[in-house]
Amino acid sequence: MPGSIYKCLSLIGERIIANKDYLTELDREIGDSDHGINMARGFKAVLEKVNPDESDIGAALKKAGMTLLSTVGGASGPLYGTAYMEAGKILAGKTEIDSQDMKAVFEASIAGIQKRGKAVRGEKTMLDAIIPASETYAKKISEGADMIHALDAAIESAHEGVEYTKTIIATKGRASYLGERSIGHQDPGATSATLMLEAICDYLKGK
Amino acid sequence: MVGIVIASHSWKIAEGVCDLAREMAQGHSGIIPAGGLEDGSMGTDAARIMTAIREADSGDGVVIIADIGSSIMSSETAIELLENEDENIHAVIADAPLVEGAICAAVEAAAGSPIDSVLAVAEESRGAMKL
Ligand SMILES: Nc1ncnc2c1ncn2[C@@H]1O[C@H](COP(=O)(O)OP(=O)(O)OP(=O)(O)O)[C@@H](O)[C@H]1O
Ligand SMILES: [Mg+2]
Repeated sequence: MPGSIYKCLSLIGERIIANKDYLTELDREIGDSDHGINMARGFKAVLEKVNPDESDIGAALKKAGMTLLSTVGGASGPLYGTAYMEAGKILAGKTEIDSQDMKAVFEASIAGIQKRGKAVRGEKTMLDAIIPASETYAKKISEGADMIHALDAAIESAHEGVEYTKTIIATKGRASYLGERSIGHQDPGATSATLMLEAICDYLKGK
Repeated sequence: MVGIVIASHSWKIAEGVCDLAREMAQGHSGIIPAGGLEDGSMGTDAARIMTAIREADSGDGVVIIADIGSSIMSSETAIELLENEDENIHAVIADAPLVEGAICAAVEAAAGSPIDSVLAVAEESRGAMKL
């Protein structure tokens, strides 16, 4: 359906923008107080740059990724930018996606974030939400769940991942300067990643 | 001459470091700042760094000297974007402190040294004692 990827990106953007102050507040605790500002600026630009009538999902995601790379400003820019571009490569030419495509999107995004940021699970980053979400999603799909139910379960795992970030020391990014003092605070990037998954799920549910 | 790109979260830092380096490297026209975002806010922008690399290159390659955090990731992204576009620019990131690295690299580049020497000299500045 033409324009549906734009609709999905709009829901992501709106959710990020609505949580701008919350994300910035989280980044005030363990970073440089800009994650919400960065992400809101990036998604505002995405919604301006991506063609609202684009039917090629891959092309829209590549454009979104390129835009994030140059407008977010913080580490989340090249990280999410690369993730969106890698997802875009997987979905090049597609006008709709099935549950297997979504699995490939998860995996390609994670590979992109790891290529760029060289982090692994457990370093108090966005990966601590996305990797468990991806694993749950794949498991649910292999058990026969449909995309929406699998995503619902994945989001639950992402939330658990966000909670888990409160218990660990940051070893990547700005928060790593704080060392042990980063314990007790939840990671802003893990939080924004979870918001994105929620928005994608809302889109699939037709909200 | 090997080009130099200064990538910083702050355009003031990027421009200032370039000014400082140019003083020591008279006649080098390829010392180019890539600081902040297009709208002037603090941050790093891979596309801006990519443009600066193109501007700095005169065919002998470019050494990028970056400040902290995402300036490294954005510089790596910029290099990859150029590769994806099949642009044959040899760009490398120096593992060096911004100010010292920039000055050492600029002096070496202005003397006409090849990219490997410019990179090595910039990285040697890491261990320089101040007192
Ligand atoms: N190497 C990394 N790998 C994966 N995620 C990372 C990495 N470094 C930082 N992050 C994520 O990025 C989030 C911070 O994003 P933000 O936009 O605030 O960047 P920043 O740290 O301010 O960037 P900068 O390095 O420019 O200061 C963190 O909460 C974390 O989830
Ligand atoms: Mg930050």
